[in-house]
Amino acid sequence: MKELIKLENITKNFGNLRVLDDFSLTVHENEFITLLGPSGCGKTTILRILGGFETADVGRVFFEGKDITDLPANKRNLNTVFQKYALFPHMDVKANIAFGLKINGKSQKYIDDKVDYALKLVNLNGFEKRSIDKLSGGQQQRIAMARAIVNEPKVLLLDEPLGALDLKLRQEMQYELIRLKKELGITFIYVTHDQEEALTMSDKVIVINDGYIQQMGTPEEIYNEPENAFVADFIGDSNIIDGLMIKDRLVRINGAEFPCIDEGFGNNKPVDVVIRPEDVLVKDRGYGRINGTVLTRVFIGVHYEMLIKSGENDFEWLVQCYEKYDIGDEVSLDVIPSNIQIMHKPTSSDEEAIDIDI
Amino acid sequence: MKKYLKFIYIGIVVLFLYLPIIALVVLSFNESKSMSVFSGFSLKWYEEMFSNRMIMQAVINTFTIAITASVTATIIGTFAAVGIDGMKTKQQNLILGFNNIPLLNADIVTGIALLLTFLMFGISLNWGTVYLAHVTFCIPYVILSVRPRVNKSVNTLYEAALDLGASRFYAFVKIVLPELRPGILAGLLLSFTMSVDDFVITHFTRGAGINTISTLIYSQVKVGIRPSLFALSTIIFALVLVMLLLVNFLSKGRKESVIY
Repeated sequence: MKELIKLENITKNFGNLRVLDDFSLTVHENEFITLLGPSGCGKTTILRILGGFETADVGRVFFEGKDITDLPANKRNLNTVFQKYALFPHMDVKANIAFGLKINGKSQKYIDDKVDYALKLVNLNGFEKRSIDKLSGGQQQRIAMARAIVNEPKVLLLDEPLGALDLKLRQEMQYELIRLKKELGITFIYVTHDQEEALTMSDKVIVINDGYIQQMGTPEEIYNEPENAFVADFIGDSNIIDGLMIKDRLVRINGAEFPCIDEGFGNNKPVDVVIRPEDVLVKDRGYGRINGTVLTRVFIGVHYEMLIKSGENDFEWLVQCYEKYDIGDEVSLDVIPSNIQIMHKPTSSDEEAIDIDI
Repeated sequence: MKKYLKFIYIGIVVLFLYLPIIALVVLSFNESKSMSVFSGFSLKWYEEMFSNRMIMQAVINTFTIAITASVTATIIGTFAAVGIDGMKTKQQNLILGFNNIPLLNADIVTGIALLLTFLMFGISLNWGTVYLAHVTFCIPYVILSVRPRVNKSVNTLYEAALDLGASRFYAFVKIVLPELRPGILAGLLLSFTMSVDDFVITHFTRGAGINTISTLIYSQVKVGIRPSLFALSTIIFALVLVMLLLVNFLSKGRKESVIY
């Protein structure tokens, strides 16, 4: 795939606050990339630097190989869908969508066709004459998309576009966005703090915290093989436990030894171990590796979610299973080797800080 | 009984507010020069008013100054409000603090200060000095009414326009100004009424040759007020009333109502 956007060693400060520190990123053509991270992690700033609304203190931005670091926003061949849509309230739907086309001096015929096409694309044909405040949140969202894509940008920047919608609508729009992306065949750079959104839609997820990239990879990689405690905790629920790597393929957690599939951590090395709550197997006393007691139980639809206390330091496991155990039940826990994810302990104080931040 | 008390109370309040104006209106149609007895209907004070060149000149001065000063102040104040938004928070607070001082300052201090400034720079007092003085004291009101409109969502709209390829000027005119319009309109109306209303500052900066309605009435008090000034006041009251109704009527259909 062709390289489309490159951010090189971007550093950005707001006053004394360093938001981005030596941040580099490459985006290829026709990718759906998601920048995922908690609020204040710098993800929106990256988008604003790309859009031309902020300038980096240090570093360059390249677009199709050309340096666009100092190019103003109105000269860049990319469009943004803003967090709160930013539709022009004193114009009707059509005027909103046609805004960019008019500036570019397109003919009225072209504009009419294009607006028509864009409205069809977002399933809102016939809405030309509506005023903006008569639209629902989801409709405004679609119009904002339409307004951006009629300009045929190479890249669409989306800043938490679904943040203001309710759950049902959000899920609907997720599929809608994937469909749009396929039909348009352009690059999407998507910013969100919602891990579910990130996993559902993206080709590539970039997890960011404190202005650093924590991990970059496909949704599967990010979920199944988190590289550090921050990623593990931020993407879905997980049990992060102190462990001791006894030797290759054997780790000691919670007072018991578990076979695993990781190698190369050395012998008798302290490590962080991640186990997803759905991967913990709950068995009757005596059939598992470690014994525990059920502390709490909540029914959350598909399954039960329980806290199970176990082991030498009373670690509380977050467990999801389909069977119902009562509070106070004595159980046994086990995990199959491939579901144990071993991570290095953070070494620098920076990483340690991230750890505490969670 | 309670119900009646309610109406009686409101009646008394309204009476106190409007009785003086009613008295003024009635006496402006009086046949005689009396300030207490209505002896018969006549329009002669209106005739006298319209034929009195001094009164007519004062009216012209009042409104030319009010219109030009309020328009000037609105333009300067609007740009200031937008500019202030681009500053750092600390500078913003400083500037807005400076902006509030003239609002709270006693008119008499502002008036004397302006008078001394004009004299110090050797500017002779005339229509122009009154105009400058009025622009000066109107700007803070415009900033105060436009400033709340320049908020984050307007900034985002401006960015959205740039994002779609608009030049900064185009984005400002097409997107930002319409968003600020209610604030600008309020600022304009506020400036206009403040200017028409002002006596103290005008008094100090007008010099010998020119009069506005308020300074004219004040100077007439010394020689005795003629009912032609009642007629003038009645007309001004009627004009304000019509303007108020018009503004209310025009803003009725819209979501955001203008404050005046």
